[in-house]
Amino acid sequence: MADPKAKVVILGAGHAGGSAAAFLRQYGHEGPIVLIGDEPIAPYQRPPLSKAWLKGEADASSLALKDDAWYAENDCDLRLGVTALSINRGSKTVLLSPGGAVTYDYLIIATGARARKLPIPGADLDGVLELRTAADAEQLKGALGPGKRLAIIGGGYIGLEAAASARALGAWALIIERESRILARVACKELSSFFQDYHQARGVNFELSAGVDALEGEDGKVRRVKLSDGRVIQCDAVLVGVGALPNEELARDAGLDCANGVVVDLQARTSDPSVFAIGDVTHRPLPLYDRQFRLESVPNALEQAKQVASAITGHAPPNPEAPWFWSDQYDLKLQIAGIPFDADSIIIRGDRAAARFAIFHLKGDQVQAVEAVNAPPEFMMGKSLILNRKPVSRERLADSSISMKEVAAG
Amino acid sequence: MAKITYIEHDGTEHTVDVKTGLSVMEGAIKHNIPGIDADCGGACACATCHVYVDEAWASKTGEKSAMEESMLDFAENVEPSSRLSCQIKVTDELEGLTVRMPESQH
Repeated sequence: MADPKAKVVILGAGHAGGSAAAFLRQYGHEGPIVLIGDEPIAPYQRPPLSKAWLKGEADASSLALKDDAWYAENDCDLRLGVTALSINRGSKTVLLSPGGAVTYDYLIIATGARARKLPIPGADLDGVLELRTAADAEQLKGALGPGKRLAIIGGGYIGLEAAASARALGAWALIIERESRILARVACKELSSFFQDYHQARGVNFELSAGVDALEGEDGKVRRVKLSDGRVIQCDAVLVGVGALPNEELARDAGLDCANGVVVDLQARTSDPSVFAIGDVTHRPLPLYDRQFRLESVPNALEQAKQVASAITGHAPPNPEAPWFWSDQYDLKLQIAGIPFDADSIIIRGDRAAARFAIFHLKGDQVQAVEAVNAPPEFMMGKSLILNRKPVSRERLADSSISMKEVAAG
Repeated sequence: MAKITYIEHDGTEHTVDVKTGLSVMEGAIKHNIPGIDADCGGACACATCHVYVDEAWASKTGEKSAMEESMLDFAENVEPSSRLSCQIKVTDELEGLTVRMPESQH
């Protein structure tokens, strides 16, 4: 079905959308590409926003996926500050605001996810922040510094990375988490307790199993967090990091199959053969785990950007990959491969006290996932064991005197 | 600016100007050069920006960190001249640098 002259319209100019445009050109696509984004700036990397960028170690030009000139030079019609209103699949037209309408031969939905809002009084006060975009990060940066107090609602990766950056900038930081441990939805309890200890030793405060009843302000600006047990916490800003929701409304309204994200196949194709979806907005197959899932990660966005560019151009499809994620906090590099679906046991390898260890999640003698802290061999070999479905000896895996290469060799 | 030549595994050459301060990996991504994936955007977390740097340039491209060594140890097609291009900062001294790419980044 490769059609090198087809007109491709991409909705969403984030990491997924921008990369899809780049891979289409890299794979030889000759037809027009229209890339539509509602943010005012060209596609950029989001992961550094909570880390290097917040600390002033990265700037706008280093975050940009391409130089601004690249789009014109590569016949990519980049339309910024433009929102898609609706998709008409019959006439293959997308209504835009501003800007009338655009027709397509192939449509790629890359609308990403948005931060979940807190349904509590005061959530709309000034100084109540989220962290998805460069504009969000700019606001957060302005709220950090010596003597400033940052309350973070949600003990996930965004909250932890922001807390580490806040401490690096001299601010006081508190993480408020509804569950009894941080990272409750995304990591095992051993990893949660390691990260909590590490943050506490660097001055981050925690309130666990804590609800928030309201945010209170003065002159329209947030000043206090009111906890469910009645206590009141003074602050200069609040960062809300309680998860993300897929921006799937356009797809759903157009009658495409959605289920916590736009349902796609391994070519990133939706239930309409002319419409694809990629990145955080998709509910995609994970053949390694025999299920569909919604991933929020850059590697996933890139893999699906390659899948769609391959499907449209006839280029060889990308090799299958195990899902993976990373997080940088202080001097810790956390690398996670796989997802611990159906795991029945864990094996800890290495030395937690030395902040160099890995937690393997196994189903029988099969590695389903690995969480590696400052442990690249465990991450790299773990990722390959997950992908190759090769059984391992549990005893040898637990023995860090045996190298990961030897463990994997069996 | 430094002129850097990227050579794909099949021999295709790309010579581009890369701003000083960027990494050799970022130079490739910004110019959409095939063969350097850089899944992690330069966090030294993925080993998908693997290149070979000729020995003549080794003193100018700097030392490998322990993290880089460790990631490279598990990449495919590794040679003594292997580097992660996200860890090489472009300076005026690198004018004329040539890097070659491995057969695969995974």
